[in-house]
This record gives sequence, C-alpha cells and structure tokens, in this order.
Amino acid sequence: MSVDLSTVKRVARLARIKVDDEQAEKMTGELNAILGFVEQLDEVNIEGVEPMTSVVETSMKKRADGQTDGGYADKVVSNAPVSEDNFFMVPKVVE
Amino acid sequence: MTELTKLTIAEARDKLAARDITASELTESYLSAIDAGNEAINAYIAVTGDIAREQAKASDAKIAAGEARPLEGIPLGIKDLYATKGVHTQACSHILDGFKPEYESTVTQNLFDDGAVMLGKLNMDEFAMGSSNETSFYGDVVNPWRRNGSDKALVPGGSSGGSAAAVAAHMCAAATASDTGGSIRQPAALTGTVGIKPTYGRCSRWGMVAFASSLDQAGPIGRTVRDNAILLKSMASVDAKDTTSVDAPVPNYEDFIGKSIKGMKIGIPKEYHMDGMPEEIEKLWQQGIAWLKEAGAEIVEISLPHTKYALPAYYIVAPAEASSNLARYDGVRYGLRVPGNDIVEMYENTRAAGFGDEVKRRVMIGTYVLSAGYYDAYYLKAQKVRTLIKQDFDNAWADGVDAILTPTTPDAAFAPGEITDPVTMYLNDVFTVTANMAGVPGMSIPAGLNKDGLPLGLQLIGKPFEEGTLFQVGEVIEQAAGRFEPSANWWSK
Repeated sequence: MSVDLSTVKRVARLARIKVDDEQAEKMTGELNAILGFVEQLDEVNIEGVEPMTSVVETSMKKRADGQTDGGYADKVVSNAPVSEDNFFMVPKVVE
Repeated sequence: MTELTKLTIAEARDKLAARDITASELTESYLSAIDAGNEAINAYIAVTGDIAREQAKASDAKIAAGEARPLEGIPLGIKDLYATKGVHTQACSHILDGFKPEYESTVTQNLFDDGAVMLGKLNMDEFAMGSSNETSFYGDVVNPWRRNGSDKALVPGGSSGGSAAAVAAHMCAAATASDTGGSIRQPAALTGTVGIKPTYGRCSRWGMVAFASSLDQAGPIGRTVRDNAILLKSMASVDAKDTTSVDAPVPNYEDFIGKSIKGMKIGIPKEYHMDGMPEEIEKLWQQGIAWLKEAGAEIVEISLPHTKYALPAYYIVAPAEASSNLARYDGVRYGLRVPGNDIVEMYENTRAAGFGDEVKRRVMIGTYVLSAGYYDAYYLKAQKVRTLIKQDFDNAWADGVDAILTPTTPDAAFAPGEITDPVTMYLNDVFTVTANMAGVPGMSIPAGLNKDGLPLGLQLIGKPFEEGTLFQVGEVIEQAAGRFEPSANWWSK
C-alpha cells in the first residue's frame, strides 16, 4: 500500500499538523518508503495467531474506587500557556 | 578529568564510606567537568548546580551520621524525558517549551530517596525518536570518541545520546536513560559504556514522557556492569501510579557479579548474522563466544526465525502508540502555543511549529496505520507478528537457554549527517528492537574497538525478570574485554 498527496494531507489534518504543499510532497515520499519497509510483514503467516496485548502475562491491577489525589487546580494549570481562574483558556469554540 | 570523576560508582561509594572523599567534593568535580566539557559535547541541556550542591551537602550529613543510603552522594545525569519537579523537562522537544513539572517521576524519586545527586538534564533525540541524537531541539550531542587520527565529530547514538556521552566523557558517574527500540543499548555500544534495558514492567514509567507505552522502559547507562547493577536496584520498583509496573521482588543485582557462569547455556541466534555486516562485528561476536566458553558456559546455536520482522513491526506499533501519546501536545495544557484563527488552526499551528521532522513523520505514520480501514492491515497484523517474536524467545528459554549473545549494533559510531534516509537510520536498532517487542531484558557491554579505534558492543538478552543473569554474564565479558576510554580528553576547555 502507498499513500498519495491527498491522503497525506488528510492524515496531516487528522493528526492536527499543518503542512504546506511542499512539505506534504516531501512527506509522501518518506511515508511511502516507511510503508514499503513494513510491507515485509506480508510474508509472515499470521493465521490463527493472537495479537499481543501485553508482553507480561498479568491481569490488570485494580484499586479501590476512591479519591486519592487532587485539590490543587492551580498546580494543574501552572504550565498552561494561557489560563485564568484555574481554567485552561482556548480560542472561542462556539459561536 | 580529575581523579574523582574517574571513579566508578562502586569505587566512589567505598571512598565516601571510608570518608576519604566527601559527596560535596565529588559533586564539585563533576560540575567542573561539565563546565569544562559541555560546550564541546552538548550532553547537558540544563545544569542544576544548586540542587546538586544542596543534595551533596545533605548526603555528607547522612554519611557523617552513619545513615548512608545505597546511592549516597553519587552524582547522576538525568535524561530530559524524566519529570523532575520544578526543573527543565521537555524530552528535548520545542513543543514542551518552558515545561517544569509539579511532580517527580517515580524513577528519579527512587534515586533521590537512595541518596543520589542530580547534576542536570541530559540531551536526547526529540521524544526519544532517533538513533543519533540529531533530532533534539537542543542540537546534536557529540560523541567523546573520535576515529584514530581524526578530529571529525561522530554521533553518540540515540535516543539516550546525552546520557551515553556524559558517562563516556566523565561528566556524571552514571545516567538515567530509556529504551523503546534500543535507545539505551545502541548509544551505550557507540560510546564504550554499559547500559541495560530491564524487563518491561521492572521500572515504573510514571513521570517519563511517553513515546510508545507498550515498549518504553527505564534503565541506566554507566561505566561498568556493576554500576548498572547498583543503579537498577534503586530504579526498579512496583508503583501504584503505573499499572504495568510488576509486583515482583527486586533482587540485589550486585550479588550476581562475580558468580560463575559454568554450565550456563548461552544461545547464539543464527538470524543475527546480517548481510553486509562488517567483518569486525562478526569477529567481535566470535570473540565474545570464546570468552563465555572459556568461562565454562555451554554455547548453543539457536533460531529466532521472526527476527527480521521485528523492525518493520516496530515501525507500525511504535508510531501508532506515539501518535496517540503525542495527541496531548495541543497548545492548551503545557508548553508551546502558536495562535490561529480558531481552535483547530491553533492546534495545527502549534504542532507544526513544535514538533521536529522525525516526530511529525512518526505521528503521521501512526495516524495513518490507525485510521479507518487500515487498522487490521497494519496495527493488528504487527501485534500478531509481535506474538510470534515473543514465541521465538519463549522457545529458546524452553530449550534451556539462559541468555542470548548478539552484537548490539550493526556498526560503530557514524558522522552526523551521514545517514539521512529514515529507514537506513532505523536499521541501527535491528539487533536491539527484538527485546522491546518481546518485553525481555537486554544489556550492552563494550567488547572491543574497530579498526578506527571506535568502541563496539555485545548484547546479552535474558529471560523476563532475570536481569541478574545478564549482570552475571555481562561481568564475564567485561573482565575479559577490559574497559574502554576515549584515547584523549579533547573536549575539556
């Protein structure tokens, strides 16, 4: 499988990365080289093989359903580029 | 390089305990070494002298009170992907500009609880994506090693290039590193240092900037096998904050050092003989086999038939997980924000400016292979291949193999700019990536020099949670090969 320019632009949109035409063109070649490389996997017989979900055989740990942390909203927003009254500020999203 | 910065952790520990030296003197020596050498090597992107001096003072008080902890007063460098409270933590990406976490990673907390001193944060490939430390926002790291008779710069490997270079240049006693596809072992091999990626789940990933969560694992880079054993003992723990950390006792790894390997079965996988591999690597491997045989180990040829598929499967699994993990960098909660006309444009502008080319490539690949209609063809298939890779190892262990010996890398250090094609760069991890895909531990030990005088490493791969065996066998290689240091200190002012 390979990707064309319009697919690259669509994927960039999905990944929320702005690319101009020149960058998209360059990426198309690079992505196709990588996709070509991973195509080797087509040689492998995976009939009846279970996909790996965890390298260590283990059952998911559970903990009591209780509040164990929190109460420091100011710290949570302390690294935000823009915040006000302990809220993250973003451009207007609803007209 | 002063006498103090020459000491291994084990030696420094003895001298500190005997009151021959103080933790403050040791820390000052390293801070001076950084001051003199970092401009040329670029291993540190932030030096935390004040914190280091404070911690060293506290260590001296502990030692004076007879309450020394296992790493009391040992000066370490910390890879920039470990969250360190109030200190530069950006995984060397522009998108995390100015980020100073309000919390400490579990691994660094464990080290500080055991008395370690933090000298600063170490350079790395952006988000640990790279094999040459050329993708860092903070510039290339330069390998302290040079080819004989040449003053041309070489890469230290990656992604833990800053960690490996700082250890090789004696700008820290040892360093934390991390390994998703070979990022501890490959730079260790290229700088003549020792590094171990423990079993997946051995160390908590909490507070480590995530790249590919099913593959990422913390580990040390140090100057000796014993120093790695000392550090891993402190780094490893079960942690309620990481559900994938494993609740198994952490042995005293130092106890394995010096134990005989007589009767141990060492597997030599025939699939690791690669076409076009330099003769020297093959020779080094044979030398390693001879050393282990001399020490009484039984050498057996084994087959790991799916080896060649590990790297292509990795380049589906790792980017897929990276594209999910890196979705959090959107200009809202931390780091860089580049304005746009609406929120989506703000996201797109921020990510376009904040991510470097290699990171963008991997996020794009990951987004593509996870997008509607492609999941089965790529991700699901890669996870099935991963099952087969793990089965290869399981079969070897079932046949009684205790550890596997391979080369660490297909070649020695190369020059910056020498490899520009992404896929060629990826091939640097061809021997290391299998351990990540199967979750098993792997260690690189320097074993010789090539014709240009550059270090080469041998890799040991072990059974899950049997890192002790790797220290045991690794020390035999270290004893036989000796230790390797750059021939001249050209980097200090």
